[in-house]
Amino acid sequence: MEYLIIIIAAIFVNNVVLAQFLGICPFLGVSSKISTSAGMSGAVTFVMVLATIVTFLLQHYVLNPLGIGYMQTIVFILVIASLVQMVEIILKKLSPVLYQALGIFLPLITTNCAVLGVAILVIKKNFNLVEGVVYAAASAIGFGLALVVLAGIREHLDLANVPKGMKGAPIALLTAGILALAFMGFAGIVK
Amino acid sequence: MSKVAQLTKGILRENPIFVLVLGMCPTLATTSSAFNGMGMGLATTFVLLSSNVVISAIARFIPDKVRIPSYIVVIATFVTIVDLVMQAYATKLYESLGIFIPLIVVNCIVLGRAEAFANKNTIFDSLLDGLGMGIGFTFALTLLGSVREMLGNFSIFGLPIIPKEPFWLKEVFFHDPILVFVLAPGAFIALAYLIAIFNRFKK
Repeated sequence: MEYLIIIIAAIFVNNVVLAQFLGICPFLGVSSKISTSAGMSGAVTFVMVLATIVTFLLQHYVLNPLGIGYMQTIVFILVIASLVQMVEIILKKLSPVLYQALGIFLPLITTNCAVLGVAILVIKKNFNLVEGVVYAAASAIGFGLALVVLAGIREHLDLANVPKGMKGAPIALLTAGILALAFMGFAGIVK
Repeated sequence: MSKVAQLTKGILRENPIFVLVLGMCPTLATTSSAFNGMGMGLATTFVLLSSNVVISAIARFIPDKVRIPSYIVVIATFVTIVDLVMQAYATKLYESLGIFIPLIVVNCIVLGRAEAFANKNTIFDSLLDGLGMGIGFTFALTLLGSVREMLGNFSIFGLPIIPKEPFWLKEVFFHDPILVFVLAPGAFIALAYLIAIFNRFKK
């Protein structure tokens, strides 16, 4: 039950993109086609869960015992950057099919603030490891959901006659705003 | 390019928010009021300025292959400094900006300027570039914060903008502020219209 609350809260109520504003750059950048946005969501889910596990262990078994909690930002970003590199190398070797599908999105993830954001939030919220993993996975699913829905809308927007000044980023932001309004309807489901 | 142009290009012509559309996460998340937006802008300006200067100074000594990780370490160092200083001297602002202070590290503007400008220009030019981009970023965040605060709370920098007298003015025209503008959807909508207005007047 506890886990269910975490999952629903992370996917719908506090959606990582539409309510917490994490990972807006890929949200606007790769949301013009459903297929690419699905690939991106897969890669983010994979890295986010892995990064959360590694950073959680580092924080609790290295940084805290040594009393250097203030090194969090530096350590986490380095871990995520090298993790992404490693995942890329391993995938290339072990599963070329998966690499084909996720490969081009992996380098982009280093600067995806949702990954670092979720890793820090797991520490801030005092989750244990299992809760942290559940939270990370649910956040990634929430990210994927928002991304795929926006991509679906934008594919149709291509056919619409958008005013000149609104073309590109503004109309995407406006669509995201309306999407965020819809997601506000979920507020109050949990706590 | 002249030194003055180096400084001013970030403010309007290459404004990181309105023209380059970079660094959207802090832009949307921290502009629920003009003050928060300005605080975030100034914090980012400091990081941008310092990392630009340091990176342009050491770029010659860094092997090309480990360039990006090295830049990230430099940037993360300055972000940690900002994080600790704000926690000590601006606790209230620190609490309202929350997780977005450590997230300056993944702000595309900072790494973008390091990669696109600081590593191939002189220290002084990089300083001007960082300062100009920082001012442009702060300007955009303060503007967005002001618009959202005015619409969503009828105030700017915490000061009410609707006069108390005459009584009927408030009752008839300005009954309730549009609360949604200080919430999440308002951020997207307000920024969308600001960029659209900016595009309209660009040329």
